Amino acid sequence: MTALRLEGVSKHFGAIHALDDVSLTVQPGEVLGLMGDNGAGKSTLVKIIAGNFRPTHGKIFIKDRETAFHNPLEARRNGIEIVYQDLALCDNLTAAVNVFLGRELTRSLGPFRILDYAAMNRRAAELFGELKSETRPRDTVKSMSGGQRQAVAIARTRLSDADLVLMDEPTAAISVRQVAEVLNLINQLKRQGIAVILISHRMPDVFAVADRIAVLRRGTKVADKPTGSTSPEEITGLITGAIQHA
Amino acid sequence: MPEIGQAASGAGMDAVIARQTHSRLGRIVAQQAFWVFVAAVIACVTLALVTDTFATPQNLFNVTRNFAFVAIVALGMTVVIISGGIDLSVGSVLCLSAMVLAITMNAGYSFAFSALLAIAAALLVGFLNGVLIAYLRIPAFVVTLGMLSIARSAAMILSNNKMVFQFGPDEKLLFFLGGGSTYGIANPVIALSVLAVVTGLILKWTRWGTHVFAIGANEKAAVLTGIAVTRVKVSVYMFSALMAGVAGVLEAGWLGGVTTNLGQSMELSVIAATVIGGANLLGGAGTVFGSVVGAALIEVIRNSLILLGISTFWQGAFVGSFIVLAVAFDRIRAYRESEH
Repeated sequence: MTALRLEGVSKHFGAIHALDDVSLTVQPGEVLGLMGDNGAGKSTLVKIIAGNFRPTHGKIFIKDRETAFHNPLEARRNGIEIVYQDLALCDNLTAAVNVFLGRELTRSLGPFRILDYAAMNRRAAELFGELKSETRPRDTVKSMSGGQRQAVAIARTRLSDADLVLMDEPTAAISVRQVAEVLNLINQLKRQGIAVILISHRMPDVFAVADRIAVLRRGTKVADKPTGSTSPEEITGLITGAIQHA
Repeated sequence: MPEIGQAASGAGMDAVIARQTHSRLGRIVAQQAFWVFVAAVIACVTLALVTDTFATPQNLFNVTRNFAFVAIVALGMTVVIISGGIDLSVGSVLCLSAMVLAITMNAGYSFAFSALLAIAAALLVGFLNGVLIAYLRIPAFVVTLGMLSIARSAAMILSNNKMVFQFGPDEKLLFFLGGGSTYGIANPVIALSVLAVVTGLILKWTRWGTHVFAIGANEKAAVLTGIAVTRVKVSVYMFSALMAGVAGVLEAGWLGGVTTNLGQSMELSVIAATVIGGANLLGGAGTVFGSVVGAALIEVIRNSLILLGISTFWQGAFVGSFIVLAVAFDRIRAYRESEH
């Protein structure tokens, strides 16, 4: 069973072919590194998987079942969670509330439904524990390090038993020490059998955690091979076009 | 404090120190509302010592009643500002609500029906504000500035710009609610207390409250996490209009007559109270307690000018300076935080 399979997906914006006939598979517990230069079609591909765009042609299969999403909430309901580049966190709220944002836990108090902070804090603490992160549920996100903020955003994806987590440039804006923390988080997801698509510019990070690397150039997939059988030099060549195909 | 005890048993010295700096007391002292509260208390104590007219029951009764109207409207403004918006139309909405009430009661209808109609008129204005802001994405400043003009104009059209001072069969009830007192406390102050507690609880304990804070801090994140941002925004402006509408009903009862000048430039005092109380005009922060204390501070200062025999023309200068000062303090604090 594949976690995600794309068959011949294309996306045209008028005359512009942002994506051309891209096919892709990700297995459960597999980390796929998705690389490419700016404008190569990475964000378009992410937005199609996330439900922001609908493909012009092609099919999307989640767990071998063909699906079509009309919006991100539908994608989420089908087991796809996205960690956005800017993490979509609210600085003024606690880590736990951020994790549950939009899906807050409530309990009834007489005729009212009130927030169940205790349950949210408890569950968030469990999730941070699973991710081996030091993040404390009651701390406000404002005071957190980049790595802890990533942990909050990733913990969010663990609320619903997601099958696939899309991560858009998770290591782009954080310090070297925090990068290690984030790569660790990705390995934790992998260990729990979750498929991860890691979109990144940073070659060392992709090589550190990805099982397979796919390269997009000008809207087409030019390479898709196990990390072990390629090298940073080859990938760089594929991204820039110095190497046409691999 | 039990928090410290837990930390000490669970982890080492570092954790204890970290906990202590984030202790409840530390959090309270870091709040702008706390310092505004201190300022208000100092002002009151000073006035009580310097003048023999401040600490009289009659004056204190007047001060608390006068600030109640601004504070009630400030409750709505607090929610709007937390959501990252602004509502300049509150003074006009207050006037419209009072005028609808006055005209309906004047025509012989009951207080309950008239008040319902007045609140409905206010809610309609809030709904229009919200729809224009949330769905058509017109800046809140522009929409509510336009509504400031429209709502007051509507009050003038309805009343033909005449003062209404006869309120039909339920007149006594109206005058009691707005101008009377219960157990020595002015009724508007009681209304304020109830509304403040309810607003505070809603902000802290409901999903709606959390969503208001989330939208104010990072609207894009709110959208991405599936919060119904547009609907929450509409409700926020309706909440603000509701508070202005309630204040309008009470103020009509206090004044015993409604003119189309009612609530003129009130938005300034209301925004001042909210901002002085620690609400961030950029959104994401604000407290009910802060706004109420802010409104109280403004009224105490206004009152002190009168009691000390200083021309009330200075009042605007004080309120204006306070707004700028409050925001300046907030900037300095943010700057310091970013340095660490």
